[in-house]
Amino acid sequence: MKRTTIALAALLAGLGMANAETVAPTNVTYEEGAVALSLTGVPGNPMEGAKVVSTKSQGNCVACHEISDLADVPFQGEVGPLLDGAGDRWTEAELRGIVANAKMTFEDSLMPSFYKTEGFIRLGKAYTGKAHEGEVAPLLSAQQIEDVVAYLMTLK
Amino acid sequence: MKKQMRTSIAAIAAASIFGAGAAMADEEAELIINGEIEIVTKTAAPAHAENLGEVLSGWRFRSDTTQEMQMDDFDNPGMIWVESAAEAWATAEGTEGKSCADCHGAPEDMAGVKAVYPKWNEDAGEVRTLQMQMNDCRVNRMGAEAWGTDKGNSIPMEALMASVSRGMPVNVAIDGPAQSTWEQGKELYYTRTGQLELSCANCHEDNYGNMIRADHLSQGQINGFPTYRLKNTKLNGVHSRFKGCVRDTRAETFNPGSADFVALELYVASRGNGLSVEGPSVRN
Ligand code: HEC
Ligand code: HEC
Repeated sequence: MKRTTIALAALLAGLGMANAETVAPTNVTYEEGAVALSLTGVPGNPMEGAKVVSTKSQGNCVACHEISDLADVPFQGEVGPLLDGAGDRWTEAELRGIVANAKMTFEDSLMPSFYKTEGFIRLGKAYTGKAHEGEVAPLLSAQQIEDVVAYLMTLK
Repeated sequence: MKKQMRTSIAAIAAASIFGAGAAMADEEAELIINGEIEIVTKTAAPAHAENLGEVLSGWRFRSDTTQEMQMDDFDNPGMIWVESAAEAWATAEGTEGKSCADCHGAPEDMAGVKAVYPKWNEDAGEVRTLQMQMNDCRVNRMGAEAWGTDKGNSIPMEALMASVSRGMPVNVAIDGPAQSTWEQGKELYYTRTGQLELSCANCHEDNYGNMIRADHLSQGQINGFPTYRLKNTKLNGVHSRFKGCVRDTRAETFNPGSADFVALELYVASRGNGLSVEGPSVRN
């Protein structure tokens, strides 16, 4: 059952169904930290999400969090809580809010805001140490956020 | 003999099963260099480091093998630069034809100096790092060119100055005229920079002892600087290290030698008051 959903989601993502209106980082509506509406209208792909979570140049969530489901990913961090069971503890809307901007759920959280483009101090150009110029891209794209949320929902 | 070897092979195999993450420090190990210089790597925090109970040298967070490299000067690659600096110390340079030794005697006569830097300089009306003070001597007393911050000869010479102070407690002054610079450094320490919005404190105060990906976070103390890093196989200065950490928050860094980093150096040094001077140390 689960397998079919995953396959279907992968298929949809593969077909590039990103034609629905994407919500910009500055237009996201948080209600007590939660974000009810999908950022893209395209269902998240949990397999892609797992990749984003474990890849250093993407979400790199494992830098701070341990996830037993990804046991083969080396060097998982201990800065944040274990994410096992996140899909039980939180609703999809709450997880979307946490991943997009954790500070809306946890005040002053250490966790970076992955879908935010304003309000930074000394914003740099990625990891070059140089000043950023021009338009700011969020750490993750809207669809990557949806993929990560879909993956977290599988952690039951 | 044969039996002993087997056990050590077995031990190595066991270590690699747990992966590199198992190369964790022995939390209770003590540092004695050359069998004689006792180094304080853990002590009660100074009152002004109000969120810390105890202060810990970065040495305590490194693997057994990295720790051991610092226990004997023959195994410490940083000592190669100390030796070259000892030569430079006695070599005359500049229009005045003077060497450091002409004014200061033997390097050992400088024991205790490194422990109190950065330090307020009354005549200049500013807080100076040891590198700034060395450059003042070079320019104004030797008629020689200033060295760049964390560049060329400045790091080896700072390592020489550190090496003769090893075992002495870090004791930088933060009151009186240095206070406003110290406050500025403190402000920087707690400012969350870059797109990751992380401050020094987020990693080195809230999370020391925790793994962040493959790195075992220390308190980010600087009593061991300059430090030889296995990662880049050279001696590294304090400001270069700060720069790397700020860059890793996806921020625009400050420049080595900038007033901001001088202030930050004073503040971070003061968080280690009571730890021993340890440089040149060995880290990964
Ligand atoms: C720099 C550290 C850091 C990174 C990187 C990070 N987090 Fe977190 N995360 C935290 C911390 C700390 C908390 C605990 C909340 C708090 O008190 O701030 C947290 C909380 C969470 C929670 C709620 C925990 C629970 O109770 O179940 C989720 C879900 C989560 N993070 C997911 C993610 C995902 C997904 C990513 C990557 C896209 C990520 N985190 C990246 C530090 C981090
Ligand atoms: C995202 C996490 C992070 C942030 C933020 C950070 N650092 Fe670090 N820092 C590290 C890691 C990882 C290391 C290497 C392991 C260790 O010694 O902690 C390190 C090492 C250091 C060291 C070397 C310690 C030694 O014993 O060799 C110093 C000094 C240091 N940091 C100071 C700072 C200062 C000052 C700031 C703020 C300007 C800062 N760090 C911000 C992660 C961070």
